[in-house]
Amino acid sequence: MQWETVIGLEIHAQLATNSKIFSGASTRFGNEPNRQACPVDLGLPGVLPVLNEGAVAMAVRLGLGIGADIAGRSVFARKNYFYPDLPKGYQISQYEIPVVGTGQLEIALDDGTVKTIGVTRAHLEEDAGKSLHEDFHGMTGIDLNRAGTPLLEIVSEPDMRSPAEAVAYAKKIRTLVRYLGICDGNMQEGSLRVDANVSIRPAGSQEFGTRAEIKNVNSFRFLEKALNFEIERQREILEDGGTVQQETRLYDANADETRSMRTKEEANDYRYFPDPDLLPLEVDQAFIESVRVELPELPDEKRDRFISEYGLPVYDANVLTASRELADYYEATVAAAGGAPKVGANWVMSELGGVLNAQGLDISDSPVSAQALGGLIQRIQDQTISGKIAKQVFEAMVAGEGDADGVIEAKGLKQITDTGEIERMIDEVVDANPGQVEQYRAGKDKVLGWFVGQVMKASRGKANPEQVNQLLRQKLDA
Amino acid sequence: MISGRTGPTNDGSNPVMHDRTIAELARALADGEVSSVELTRGFLDRIEARNPDSNSFITITREQALAEAEVADAGRAAGRAGALTGVPIAHKDIFCTDGVRTSCGSRMLDNFEAPYDATVVRNMREAGLVMLGKTNMDEFAMGSSNETSYYGPVNNPWDPRRVPGGSSGGSAAAVAARLAPGATGTDTGGSIRQPAAMCGLTGLKPTYGRVSRFGMVAFASSLDQGGPLARTAEDCALMLGAMAGFDPNDSTSIDRPVDDYAGALDGVSLQGLKVGLPKEYFGEGMSEGVRGVVDGVAERLRELGAEPVEISLAHTDLSVPAYYVVAPAEASSNLSRFDGVRYGYRCEEAKNILDLYERSRGEGFGAEVKRRIMVGTYALSAGYFDAYYLKAQKIRQLISEDFRKAFEQVDVILGPTSPTTAFPIGERSDDPVAMYMSDVYTIAVNLAGLPALSMPAGFADGLPVGVQLIGNHFDEGRLLGVAHQYQQATDHHRQVPAGVND
Amino acid sequence: MSLSPDEVRRIAHLARLSVADDEVAANANDLSNILDLVDRMNAVDTSGVTPMAHPQNATQRLRPDVVTEPDQRERYQRLAPAVERGLYLVPRVVE
Repeated sequence: MQWETVIGLEIHAQLATNSKIFSGASTRFGNEPNRQACPVDLGLPGVLPVLNEGAVAMAVRLGLGIGADIAGRSVFARKNYFYPDLPKGYQISQYEIPVVGTGQLEIALDDGTVKTIGVTRAHLEEDAGKSLHEDFHGMTGIDLNRAGTPLLEIVSEPDMRSPAEAVAYAKKIRTLVRYLGICDGNMQEGSLRVDANVSIRPAGSQEFGTRAEIKNVNSFRFLEKALNFEIERQREILEDGGTVQQETRLYDANADETRSMRTKEEANDYRYFPDPDLLPLEVDQAFIESVRVELPELPDEKRDRFISEYGLPVYDANVLTASRELADYYEATVAAAGGAPKVGANWVMSELGGVLNAQGLDISDSPVSAQALGGLIQRIQDQTISGKIAKQVFEAMVAGEGDADGVIEAKGLKQITDTGEIERMIDEVVDANPGQVEQYRAGKDKVLGWFVGQVMKASRGKANPEQVNQLLRQKLDA
Repeated sequence: MISGRTGPTNDGSNPVMHDRTIAELARALADGEVSSVELTRGFLDRIEARNPDSNSFITITREQALAEAEVADAGRAAGRAGALTGVPIAHKDIFCTDGVRTSCGSRMLDNFEAPYDATVVRNMREAGLVMLGKTNMDEFAMGSSNETSYYGPVNNPWDPRRVPGGSSGGSAAAVAARLAPGATGTDTGGSIRQPAAMCGLTGLKPTYGRVSRFGMVAFASSLDQGGPLARTAEDCALMLGAMAGFDPNDSTSIDRPVDDYAGALDGVSLQGLKVGLPKEYFGEGMSEGVRGVVDGVAERLRELGAEPVEISLAHTDLSVPAYYVVAPAEASSNLSRFDGVRYGYRCEEAKNILDLYERSRGEGFGAEVKRRIMVGTYALSAGYFDAYYLKAQKIRQLISEDFRKAFEQVDVILGPTSPTTAFPIGERSDDPVAMYMSDVYTIAVNLAGLPALSMPAGFADGLPVGVQLIGNHFDEGRLLGVAHQYQQATDHHRQVPAGVND
Repeated sequence: MSLSPDEVRRIAHLARLSVADDEVAANANDLSNILDLVDRMNAVDTSGVTPMAHPQNATQRLRPDVVTEPDQRERYQRLAPAVERGLYLVPRVVE
């Protein structure tokens, strides 16, 4: 039987506010345990939540970024359950009426097609603390620094039909939240957390199969692996005549499998009700407009502009707009080079991209600044050096040996364009190889390339290859 | 059991300090008749000598009180004194006090010292008021008799075998016993007004949002409101002026200037005042003694120029049922934070996390608190939410609409505060539903968020009877003014329990 | 409305309250009586009535996104029954 996969994602984005969603404690990552947990975060008696304007503005940003309706009025509810990292015994979360309503997002697939994924809603809520299970002589340690950090939970429609689509969507959300400056997107630190609802159904069926929710996926690679494992697991169950249980499953990256979470007994009885300590959140048109005017150029807009303004292929434009920092770097490079956008794109994507990849660096930590790379490209364009020598110069720049001009000067890499000097080298090569000259004159055109190579070698790569080619022909054809 | 009158004596001499009202003490301080340290020491001595009789106080803060009194005296000497500078008062032990235990009447918080002050506590300290100590209360303010306190019941100064009412029973008994001239209370379903009525005091539950809830241990967040308990409407006006105000730390606090309640008292006139008498309040359930007193007040107000108007609050009989869904539902969630992890009571030798939760909470909470948590948990649980919680919220709307319509016709509403006078300790403690009915006249006000006041109106069988005045939102000034005018013409509020002045 | 002993146990567990076996019957009785009181709500038809969650018709005020709370861990943890290396300790939670 042919099966169709149905995937929906719930993405929790930690909002990049200074302070927590309902308290004035810091949200900074990595402090010592409980140094950023104030009475509100600790759930001390009598203290009360007050909503952070920054968190609301960021939620609205996301809403505008996905073309969603912003709810004029939304409500915070309490989700009641007991867990040691949940100090109040309830999580404040928007339940029935979220601040961001229906929106959508376009993802580019590998075959070049574009697919629209629906976003059902996005709602504000508070994060819980962390439980540390190691090294406390059989006890669990509770760190509440994270408790109360604002989260935006972005819930997609079940619109994805393969793990690849799910990954593309998750990446696109990550790109978007980073563009919007509302989340750093760091999956290792848990700033962006992806839960996947996945089910399969016979191809052509309109009904959804029973889904499993997969948690604990902290990279895109694991997301893809977890989904692949889970799809295969469900297929085997169904093909053996079994039924899939609706449950939450944890992905274990070491074993590369999903495992059923021991069901918390009354997991489904959260006793939601409107939080009486908070009033309905009203977001008026003026607030929305004040957020809108601050919106940066969004990834899709930037991609389209790169295509039209720089004449880049769609692929290049997609790669270069994958993050705001990369796009900014690219544009600064082109500006410094004084043009040559396609050459710049190639350099940023391949040469620089290779170095960053190899060294595990982010574009913001690039060892070569956009200014410096632009300078290098300028020297290629004005023929001071060839593209090949440029790679040598670039390596030196990466190694911190200075800017392009400095490296070219220090290493004497300036291209030889002096006709007399090139002719002298040609004469030497031609004189030393009478056999090849004969072959050429007998009609073996390919030998010309060999001669070019020899002359380039003699110039240690510095001769202008076009000039070499031209002068060689003149000499041999004479 | 009434031993006589207080206030200016017949020969023109002033009564002893402990028998004076807040307004009188403020004058004595301003006139230099007494210092705050002297006054404070006098009250502390009385508390230490007499608290065993009533069990009004859980904690007495002698050293801190004397230090605050010294600051007040120094401020006054330096020309920095407000209207209430140096006047000692007591706080209900539900208000968090930095460095002083806040028990909320519970074993759960017997060891809890908040690292912050409630906004009410801070506001009153900034107004120069001196805190004598923290008063007894029903555990987590859940009760109408002060019998659910972990620290034991409070005896009513009018008859020590009887309850003082609750949940602010310690505050009421302390003021009635002249251990403090005024005290703070909180009112979720009648917890200021009912003990005020049973102890012969004036007590005001302000409009929801008028007094900050920050630092006030939450019982039912959409109903809770702090307010004053004192002997006179004038004293309540003075105290409310110090307590009230916008607080950015409480999302439900209203950003609206605080009226000059005390200054406006004399400007309120009873002439032509339309006083609504809800027919539903005068039906069955009210004891004959109480009925006689309430009728008498209506008549007296008419004589003083007011115009009684019969009105209807049609859904009155649904207020107790709706309240016993809304309040326990909110409480069940509010009290989840008491889990033995970060503060408060923790059971011995927990076997696992579930055991830690269940025993810490099972041992730390008393029976009534557990009952209400269970009722609230049930009402919110899957399958029951619509039938209980949502239904109650709808009835809450109907009750509010009744009041909205009533206030189109009348200026204030008059009725009984409690259906009976103070009942004997133990009489209702085994019958939760009978206890809940004690609040039948006070609960609707909390559901609608309205201000209401109870004032002494007479006696039945030697026990004080209070009447309730309900006002429209933010109409505290009018309620206090009407009560003040009534108190100018009567002396019920000047009666003193026997033995108190011995 | 009459609650069974099992329902009392279920609610008590949901609320994380230990209830001794010999208290279950009394609790069932009390809670049933309270629910009988509450069930008087059914006397009125509330269809079409908007639920009222809050006594005020106001909206949420927003706080500027500023860090105002200093680190006071030592002070707050003095209140705690068990702390080690800055962490609150509880019996091991099995994941």
